[in-house]
Amino acid sequence: MNRIFDFSDYGALLALVHNSLYAGALLGLVGGLVGVFVVARDLPFAVHGTSELSFAGGAAALLLGANVVVGSLVGSVLAAVLFGVLGARARDHNSAIGVLMPFGLGLGVLFLSLYEGRAANKFGLLTGQIVAVDDPQLVALAVISVVVVATMLVLWRPLLFASLDPELAAARGVPVRLLSPVFMLVLGLAVAMSVQIVGALLVLALLVTPAAAAVRVSHSPFVVPLLSVAFALVAMVGGTLLALGSSIPISPYVTTVSFAIYLLCRLVARLRRPAERPGEPAPAQVAEVL
Amino acid sequence: MSGGPRPEPAPRGPAAVPALRLREASLSYGSRRLWSGLDLDVAPGEFVAVLGANGAGKSSLLKVVLGQQPLQAGRVEVAGRPARRGDRNIGYVPQQKGLEATTPLRARDFVRLGLDGHRWGPLLPSRSARAKVEEVLEAVGATSYADVPVGRLSGGEQQRLRVAQSIVGDPRLLLADEPLLSLDLHHAGAVSALVDACRTRTGAAVLFVTHDVNPVLPYADRVLYLAGGRFRIGTPEQVMNSATLSELYGAPVEVLESGGRLLVAGAAAEDRHDHEHAHAHGRAS
Repeated sequence: MNRIFDFSDYGALLALVHNSLYAGALLGLVGGLVGVFVVARDLPFAVHGTSELSFAGGAAALLLGANVVVGSLVGSVLAAVLFGVLGARARDHNSAIGVLMPFGLGLGVLFLSLYEGRAANKFGLLTGQIVAVDDPQLVALAVISVVVVATMLVLWRPLLFASLDPELAAARGVPVRLLSPVFMLVLGLAVAMSVQIVGALLVLALLVTPAAAAVRVSHSPFVVPLLSVAFALVAMVGGTLLALGSSIPISPYVTTVSFAIYLLCRLVARLRRPAERPGEPAPAQVAEVL
Repeated sequence: MSGGPRPEPAPRGPAAVPALRLREASLSYGSRRLWSGLDLDVAPGEFVAVLGANGAGKSSLLKVVLGQQPLQAGRVEVAGRPARRGDRNIGYVPQQKGLEATTPLRARDFVRLGLDGHRWGPLLPSRSARAKVEEVLEAVGATSYADVPVGRLSGGEQQRLRVAQSIVGDPRLLLADEPLLSLDLHHAGAVSALVDACRTRTGAAVLFVTHDVNPVLPYADRVLYLAGGRFRIGTPEQVMNSATLSELYGAPVEVLESGGRLLVAGAAAEDRHDHEHAHAHGRAS
């Protein structure tokens, strides 16, 4: 049990891992914001596919002795471009993702098998790191975060409109065909960041779960993104703090906290449901209005 | 011949700029001609119903007006200016489509997108937008569910909000693209009446694409009927009769009146059957 929880030298450990906490906070912010649109545009499968190709890119970089962040960025940007070319809607490209994803994963496994360095590096890309983020890595994450958050803020309103009803948004002058690939690129950047910390297999816990939890408890377009970011931050930072007392990667802690928040939100939604539409007129009354 | 009271067309002086003007307009896809030589002036406050066979180019006409589809020949002007994408003079009411229950928008936020959803930047609460939205919610009778998530509303309620969304920016031309599809008869009538009330209130012209003339028959000043690369324009009485439609289709078409409703039998009816079949998978309201 004390491999999972051992908080005897917690203070000393905390000082060693402040980089990981900063990285976790950045990731929470990015994941929470981007996740709102992953859920609204029904893209969880695209996220998973992107993360596998990002993993392959990172593994290739590891094998070649190149920068792993750059490698996973190349992988996920490539995935974003491919999926963007294949179609704007989830149903257009789901099978294409299903075809590309195992290929990417297979390439990644090949690169890792050929790699002769530390085993911990190998599994880090798939299942997450054991709290260790060095300074250059943190700087890279910060730069990507700034790019992603700034782009999301600019795109937010038209992207929301286009996600809701693309034809309607296009009729109102929203450049729908431009927004779709741009968002896929932003998503690719967010995925490449997440792969560094929580690993390719668990990216969904950051890019989907917090937003999916938020839309269960609120429908306000102002509250949902704030809740989503808050949930992602709690999962990332909380998960990292819990992971400190163990020799296990941070991802199981992050995913468990994230899942617990989701369950709690569903429970809250269930409890609130009966009182949801107090002023709802019966259908017959609606007709009477005219 | 029509089944209900028809409001007088809005007064218009000779100097009034038409809300929509098409001159010698032609559109074809490849070798297939949808329509050509189309001249149409829609005056402010006028209600024009666009009818016709499936694939006759009704929705393409709207795309032309929206600036999404260039004409092969002729020109198209909206409120005196060439049609262009994102024209603020146009309000657009699309088909009813189901929205996810988890869509992170309340009815009032959904309507607000018609006001500033196209603008870059984050969506932030705005007092002026809220006041404007409040006004149109009241106009369409949706105040009671203003704070309900859109995904939880019925198809009829959502369509009412789409009408509100289309008028919130004070357009001079309302385009409606089969807004009654997948609504039951009752809601189809209610939404048509609502569009009519909005044009009376704002003086906007209406171009209303529909495969069933009956819900809009009480309100339509004129009908544009497209079929087989040709068209007829006129009052509902002038167009919706056996002689005119038979000539247009080049095949016998029977238009019967029954209880204030028009029933179209023959070539035109078969077109409509295909059309409804094509949409049989659509969600009921």
